[in-house]
Amino acid sequence: MSTQQIRLTGAGGQGLVLAGIILAEAAMREGYNVAVAQSYGPEARLGASRAEVIISTQKIAYPQIDQPDLLLCLTQEAYDKYISNLGEQALVLADSSQVLIATNHLKPKIIALPLQQAAIEQIGSKLVTNVVALGALNALAQLVSWEHLAAVVVERTPQKYRAQNLKALEIGCALTQTTKESRA
Amino acid sequence: MSKQEFVQGNEACARGALYAGCRFFAGYPITPSSEIMEYLAREMPKVGGVCVQLEDEIASISAVIGAAWGGVKAMTATSGPGFSLMQENIGYAAITETPCVIVDCQRWGPSTGQPTKAAQGDVMQARWGTHGDHPVIVLTASWVREVFEMTVHAFNLAEQYRVPVILLLDEVLAHLRENVTLPAAGELEIVERTEDTEEKMLNFGEGARLMVTGMAHDETGFPAQGEKAAQHLKRIVGKIEERAERLMRYQGFYLDDADYLIISYGITSRAVEAAVERLRAGGIPIGWLDLKILWPFPEKLIREISSQMKYILVPELNLGQLVREVERAAAGQAPIAHLGRVDGSLITPEEICKHVHVGALSGQTRGSAPTS
Repeated sequence: MSTQQIRLTGAGGQGLVLAGIILAEAAMREGYNVAVAQSYGPEARLGASRAEVIISTQKIAYPQIDQPDLLLCLTQEAYDKYISNLGEQALVLADSSQVLIATNHLKPKIIALPLQQAAIEQIGSKLVTNVVALGALNALAQLVSWEHLAAVVVERTPQKYRAQNLKALEIGCALTQTTKESRA
Repeated sequence: MSKQEFVQGNEACARGALYAGCRFFAGYPITPSSEIMEYLAREMPKVGGVCVQLEDEIASISAVIGAAWGGVKAMTATSGPGFSLMQENIGYAAITETPCVIVDCQRWGPSTGQPTKAAQGDVMQARWGTHGDHPVIVLTASWVREVFEMTVHAFNLAEQYRVPVILLLDEVLAHLRENVTLPAAGELEIVERTEDTEEKMLNFGEGARLMVTGMAHDETGFPAQGEKAAQHLKRIVGKIEERAERLMRYQGFYLDDADYLIISYGITSRAVEAAVERLRAGGIPIGWLDLKILWPFPEKLIREISSQMKYILVPELNLGQLVREVERAAAGQAPIAHLGRVDGSLITPEEICKHVHVGALSGQTRGSAPTS
């Protein structure tokens, strides 16, 4: 990996910026240069929101992304907006419990996993969907080690919710295993 | 004992302020500057300072001026709408020669505009926002570490020259997080208010009788008119303008063999850095001047350098502000082009490359500058 450009998209309040921060901080601990830029509307919650994470072995001059290598979509609006602007070998992770995947987008590799559904069913709260998504994204793209990611999740989470978020990370990781198995 | 940290631009500003010895902050929250006050509300009491939220930005700058006269280093932070409200008292700080720091995290304007979108539209307001001729220093930054350094520099200049210093940031840099190694304790010079500062200041209530007034005044502090008022104004403006060369702060890249030049500042410099590397790799003799101080404008530098250039591009997130100063300083020696973007997004490296290719190679220019 020389440079990975990751775009995390969804709605305000879903914790996309936090997910970006956690991912970047874990990558920083592995010696990479990182930058997280955020973009959101004027609303306090809802409205389109995205975080852009750049992880690189080189100096990061321009801090925003044109065409991402990795795209996470937690809402239909985000999916519709960003699916057509991707890098050559891009990988897309979409929340299948929220997003209807258009079949005409055959070019990118799209993995659809029930991220929010898993958060609600297995943890009882959709608030941890961002961490479920992070676990799945990292398992699919092999961005950072589990140890670093889990350590940052613990540090960036209030003590009361630590166990819940660690479990969310594991659930996300496990979701990717089930898809691989079901495909085989 | 410096270590890599993962820090946001606004946090770097707040930490730079504490490092510089700032012990008073007053403000009113506004996107995209709010994290500066959030950080200081938490951390300022730990170092014995005061962080207070006031009813608006007018009260905030007023309290900052009062605190500065009380003997502490003081700062406020805001964005366009709040910066507009502060203008009258920035003039008061200028005429009373009050050292203070005002951070403006620029957002798309005018008015409420687009609160969460970046702009560089306050360049002229920072210089001329308050009425009347007046002294002011305006700094900018492009990197998270640089936000820290320039905040410290802002306090140093404010104390050294008894002048309000404005730090112009923008939404993207304010919210950008990157891995940085911030300066360790003792690494950066800190100017303290002592007998040795170039413009000596007495604190209110410490021995001498002081008159602090926004009226034109003489050295006793009492109102002045006519020639005495003119002398007063010329002195406070002159103390900064006459030091323009000493205050100059910039980085130059590939200037020795450049035929074409980009002059940029703030967040736009990040795109320029990426573009310059690509253009150089493509064999274009491009040079780059990355400005860290906007006012006083580095006029002599631009005048000298532009005589060697066949084309100068000024990219900025506005419809043409600093480019006018560049045109004035270049005085027709080189054709000058402007790349302005005002849709709330950053200028990209691709746009800059395209402009340089088209402009430099075809001699396309802005305004009346002669083509050569």
